[in-house]
Amino acid sequence: MKRLFVLLMLLAGLSAAPVLAGDLGPVVPRASGKPHPEGNEFWRINHMLLMVHDRDQTMRLGNREVQASLAECVDCHAVKGADGAPVSAEDERHFCRTCHDYVAVKIDCFQCHNSRPEAPKQALRTPEPADMPGILAYLKEAGE
Amino acid sequence: MILPALNFPKKPADMNRRDFLKSGGAVATLALAPGVTLMAFGGQASAAADPGKRWGLLIDVNKCPSDCSACVSACKVENGWGNDKHAADHPEAAPQWIRKVSLTDKSTGREFALPVMCQHCENPPCVDVCPTNASFKRPDGIVLVDKHRCIGCRYCMMACPYKARSFVHEDVTDQKTHAPRGKGTVESCTLCVHRVDAGGAPACVEACNTTGNAAMLFGDLNDPDSEIAQALKAYPSVAIRDDLGLNPGVRYSNL
Repeated sequence: MKRLFVLLMLLAGLSAAPVLAGDLGPVVPRASGKPHPEGNEFWRINHMLLMVHDRDQTMRLGNREVQASLAECVDCHAVKGADGAPVSAEDERHFCRTCHDYVAVKIDCFQCHNSRPEAPKQALRTPEPADMPGILAYLKEAGE
Repeated sequence: MILPALNFPKKPADMNRRDFLKSGGAVATLALAPGVTLMAFGGQASAAADPGKRWGLLIDVNKCPSDCSACVSACKVENGWGNDKHAADHPEAAPQWIRKVSLTDKSTGREFALPVMCQHCENPPCVDVCPTNASFKRPDGIVLVDKHRCIGCRYCMMACPYKARSFVHEDVTDQKTHAPRGKGTVESCTLCVHRVDAGGAPACVEACNTTGNAAMLFGDLNDPDSEIAQALKAYPSVAIRDDLGLNPGVRYSNL
């Protein structure tokens, strides 16, 4: 049901076909750190599955060699707020929220997990749109 | 209208090994060891908690002064509990991973105090009663709450004879990255699982050693050469409520 909802949201967004890219897609902040070798599209599609898979590996089996952890996501994708500190998920500029707000999918992760890096390993980035053509192409493909 | 075939997430069951290797784990392997092929990462079991181990604590009550609560403070700092906004208004319901229990022997008047936390039972009643399998025992004997599954029913709190578990009643922010905790879930001592997995000792043990009391000993109960196993072999010790047959991983000497 949720998937259908997301789909409808995406279709609705595309059918409106606004001229300005900012109106069409979410403004996703650029990440620090190295890009995903699998490509951004792979992560856009699979991030929740990878996190669920790896969280069970880590939490229930104690496998700490799994690297696709929420902590890593939060670290690389931290967005700098006005005070220079990373914004939390309560701020709509938060990396996860940009897309999740756009498709109206609630994030439960941050009820328990910290949405900010404790000690950021990467230099923080200001919220600037990243890879807008890629995101739009992804949304278009998803809608077709 | 035919709905477009979204290239939507495969179900976990459909993920094959190749998919898994494409995930984050493989990335790290590549980054860390360029010479090592992905094949080396295939075996997941090697990295997981070792079922041959049984982590435990031995607490010497004689070495534990009544007025010292270094272990409790260290646990709070390490795991980020004890600062919940409304906890002070309802101390009886406040989260408590570890506490000092004061006792008096009525016949002799001897007063003493001991730290009590999750006893990491071999046969944990909290795991027996959990309706969602959120309460579970890791292969190496550490008993944990999987908060992804916890529905906050608190059966485990009722079942635990040690009152080791507590419930988070309010929204929590700025949790420790290694110790997620949130409203509506049950929590308890994790034996500092993040430290143990990194080869360290729990924060309480470290703090106890720092004070110079050195009343707590942490180690692998299954390894006959470990310091804790040697001490258990050499000196008498008891488990609290041994009569219940839960075989706790936490034992006390001079109680």
